[in-house]
Amino acid sequence: MRKLLRTIFLVDLAQGLWVTFRSQSTKNIYTEQYPAERPKVAERYRGAPRLNNNPDTGETLCICCDLCGFACPEQLIVVSSVRNPETRRKELTNFTYDVSRCMFCGLCEDACPVDCLELTQDFEIAQYSREGLIWDRQMLEEGPKPTQYSS
Amino acid sequence: MATQTFLDANELVLNMGPQHPSTHGVLRVILNLDGEKILGTDCVIGYLHRGVEKIAENRTYPMFTPYVDRMDYVASISNGLGYCLAVEKLMNLPAPPRAEAVRVILTELNRIASHLVWLGTHALDIGAITPLFYTMREREEALKIFENYCGARLTTHAFRIGGLQYETYDGFEEQVKAFCDAMEPRIDEYETLLTGNRIWIDRLKGIGILTAAECKQYGVTGPMLRAAGVKWDLRKAFPYSGYEKYEFDIPTRENADTYDRYIVRMQEMRQSVRIVRQAVANIPDGPIIAKVPKVVKPVPGEVYVSIEAPKGELGYYVVSDGTNQPYRVRVRPPSFINLQSLEKMAKGALIADIVAIIGTIDIVLGEVDR
Repeated sequence: MRKLLRTIFLVDLAQGLWVTFRSQSTKNIYTEQYPAERPKVAERYRGAPRLNNNPDTGETLCICCDLCGFACPEQLIVVSSVRNPETRRKELTNFTYDVSRCMFCGLCEDACPVDCLELTQDFEIAQYSREGLIWDRQMLEEGPKPTQYSS
Repeated sequence: MATQTFLDANELVLNMGPQHPSTHGVLRVILNLDGEKILGTDCVIGYLHRGVEKIAENRTYPMFTPYVDRMDYVASISNGLGYCLAVEKLMNLPAPPRAEAVRVILTELNRIASHLVWLGTHALDIGAITPLFYTMREREEALKIFENYCGARLTTHAFRIGGLQYETYDGFEEQVKAFCDAMEPRIDEYETLLTGNRIWIDRLKGIGILTAAECKQYGVTGPMLRAAGVKWDLRKAFPYSGYEKYEFDIPTRENADTYDRYIVRMQEMRQSVRIVRQAVANIPDGPIIAKVPKVVKPVPGEVYVSIEAPKGELGYYVVSDGTNQPYRVRVRPPSFINLQSLEKMAKGALIADIVAIIGTIDIVLGEVDR
């Protein structure tokens, strides 16, 4: 009898739906509308590499010490420099960073003594070719420019 | 004499994998079948072999730390901890207390995350899809803590030789505490979904029995050994990284079947939450990294350090010849050694059970093949 009443009044269904509706609150939504809405990555996120410039003068902060190249487990950083005969300082000519082999371990940015090389929060680093993933100095200073989609 | 046709042969060879979703990666199992019954299994591994141990010989000690994350990528922080402890022991350079406490917190969170992946995929193999979504939701919270702490979610590279690279971020303790508070009722939620479920019990009870004596024979460690009734946990037996300061129990069960391993892992998650609570309540102040020389050059010698990874005993055997590169790094991966027991457990079982048996070993093929 009890079972029959439960069946007629759909008690079990109501109980089940109550569980469903309990989870309907908007703060329980975990889906990210990715291309329309860029996810917010952590402050310390290790993404695309960047060479920082001095914000006042616009000159590169790199002192061509090549410590990042020595720290890199994959040996994918090549720092080219020439010594300026007047100032006796090394000047950066090119900086190649092979992103396709990078595993974003962050050892290079730890090694950098002047906060020049940095792994940034950019995560959209896909390219159409393998060559495009070998970034030169200009690319590293400007950063990747992914296509921005809007909803 | 009549020629034998395929109809007369009562043994059938069937390939399972390497693309089978229930083999948790690229494991290939060759099954010898008599109808539905399994007469023997043969594991073919190596599809994910990357030669991690050989790579170690061509890298300096700090350079190799990111590679160990790629072995057991579900529990990468445990891998990093084991390697860092091994090199620290070789150099006689203990990590400061603050680093040890943060290491314990992150490692235990990673243990919870690893068990959650195991629970979700194991239930999915058996046919229960719902737990996967719940477990992934909680795992996301743990991964967010890792991302906030060190900037990566899966292959974290969180620890360095001698301590930590990163100081804890603002709100670290609150986030970890909130995770612990949320985790306990959610483990109860998984248990309501699975523990008393009739299908779950029917599919798991009495399947894949591996007794304590057989476990020791095969060198099986971790939750599989504890489900056989052996109270063996390296965190208690040989405490490392300050585990002796925390109170926790070693959950054990007696029946040594797949269901008991499930129960043991659920209990372990609760114990991990308990350890994290104790650790986060008093993180000591102080430096986060010991005085590590610029060039890590241990004296010649060898060392073996093992830790309790989520899957069992994870050991690192590091030999130094006095240069800045290790002479040899040998890894004792728990998944690889636990996988050997598959043949023993699967003999006499049915095809449907082999999925449950592979799931209960909790293998990660990155670690099996290295």
